[in-house]
Amino acid sequence: MNFDIPADRRYQESHEWALETDGVVRVGITDFAQDELGDVVFVELPDEGDDVSQDEEFGVVESIKAVSDLYAPVSGEIVAINDELFDAPELVNDDPFGDGWMLEIEPADADELESLLSADEYEEQIA
Amino acid sequence: MPLQTPPLRGVHDDDGAKFTEFGGWDMPVEFESIRDEHLAVRTDVGKFDVSHMGEIYVTGPDSTKLLQRLTTNDVAALEVGDSQYAAITNENGTIIDDTVIYRLPDEDEAATYLFIPNAGVDEAIHERWITYRNEWELEATVDNMTDEYVMFAVQGPNAAALIDTVADEPITDLSRFEARNVTIDGVECWTGRTGYTGEDGFEFVVPWNDAEMVWSAIDCQPCGLGARDTLRTEAGYLLAGQEFDQESNPRTPYEAGIGFAVALETEFVGRDALEQVHEGGVEEKLVGFKLIDRGVPRNGYDITNTDSRVIGTVTSGTMSPTLESPIGLGYVPVEYADPGTTLRVIVRGQSKKARVEMTPFIDTVQ
Repeated sequence: MNFDIPADRRYQESHEWALETDGVVRVGITDFAQDELGDVVFVELPDEGDDVSQDEEFGVVESIKAVSDLYAPVSGEIVAINDELFDAPELVNDDPFGDGWMLEIEPADADELESLLSADEYEEQIA
Repeated sequence: MPLQTPPLRGVHDDDGAKFTEFGGWDMPVEFESIRDEHLAVRTDVGKFDVSHMGEIYVTGPDSTKLLQRLTTNDVAALEVGDSQYAAITNENGTIIDDTVIYRLPDEDEAATYLFIPNAGVDEAIHERWITYRNEWELEATVDNMTDEYVMFAVQGPNAAALIDTVADEPITDLSRFEARNVTIDGVECWTGRTGYTGEDGFEFVVPWNDAEMVWSAIDCQPCGLGARDTLRTEAGYLLAGQEFDQESNPRTPYEAGIGFAVALETEFVGRDALEQVHEGGVEEKLVGFKLIDRGVPRNGYDITNTDSRVIGTVTSGTMSPTLESPIGLGYVPVEYADPGTTLRVIVRGQSKKARVEMTPFIDTVQ
């Protein structure tokens, strides 16, 4: 099975991706993760304004068959959440790196992003 | 212990299946998508490899007596080609397993049966039959055929039309719970109009070595155990290990809502205890519920009343692909069991509103 692993972003071993644009880090789960989960039916996200720490649980994604915790790739303040997922959780399956994004973090420490896996490293992990 | 492998594991792998351990077997859980497979069965037809189910064969002059005394339903009422759902209970009336018993054509003038224990318990059930046969000094042969036969289920409103095109014999005249030998691609299969989805359909007991011919001949959506679970949950059917379990959740058939499968006028292990329950009534019973708040109920979550007192536990829960809403099953005290009653389910520490619903959640074949 071949999975998309865009090279423009960083990855966590727990299968979240992090993409920095203009100082804000957008977070979602990978193509591999959505395929492992199967049909996503429910996403639980924190509120805007909440603070998260790197590797801290920030929410939950549930498919028909499984419940999976979500872990923050970087520390900071949550400045946006994708509330479209509440009514259309299938976006996580359909477009995990695009419309299926989950939240945006204003990072407290820009260096944390560098500690994450590159696309090549993540590809090796899931191989 | 290594997992047991169905003979079609490689075929399923080529079809893109993901696998899961279930009852000691390595079984396909999902092919394309649980939702798509589920909806194929509700609207069209799908096929399941359920080779993890056991097959136990009983024959001999006392075969009827032995089965009658070890299962809750009236085995003596079965004629050749009939089948019935039954529970296997302990002395205290709690469910060890549930099963379907088929009466096969007689062997050497003796009534002959095939019954289907759940995954992983075939050896224990076989041993139970042998132990009681010896204790009661009955003349019956009991063989565990689980490694000699596979089982397929073909389910959905178009199942009969599909099987009619691939079977040598007519099958559309079979009534619900009737069974007979049917030939598919030259392979004789014991075929019952039974299932675990709430839809019309058939279950086939097929010789292990002929499994692939039959599976390939029945050309429709392959479905995994994931869809099997969501379908049976919508139909309100019990899952061994969840709605009943000798260790973690001992329940009588009356609590579990399968009192219809208990024939108190027959003699069987657990009968006297069940008569008392039947007369005195149950304190708790299995109910279906819908979650009104956002969330998905799962096995093991607490159920509380509206005063936040824990009154029960979720035994099964999922997002219903048919209803597109979260549904579940769980045991609650009878005073909370009426449809419309408001309950709460604790999902990761948060109390979510739920409402007791009639089961089945969907219209099922009778």
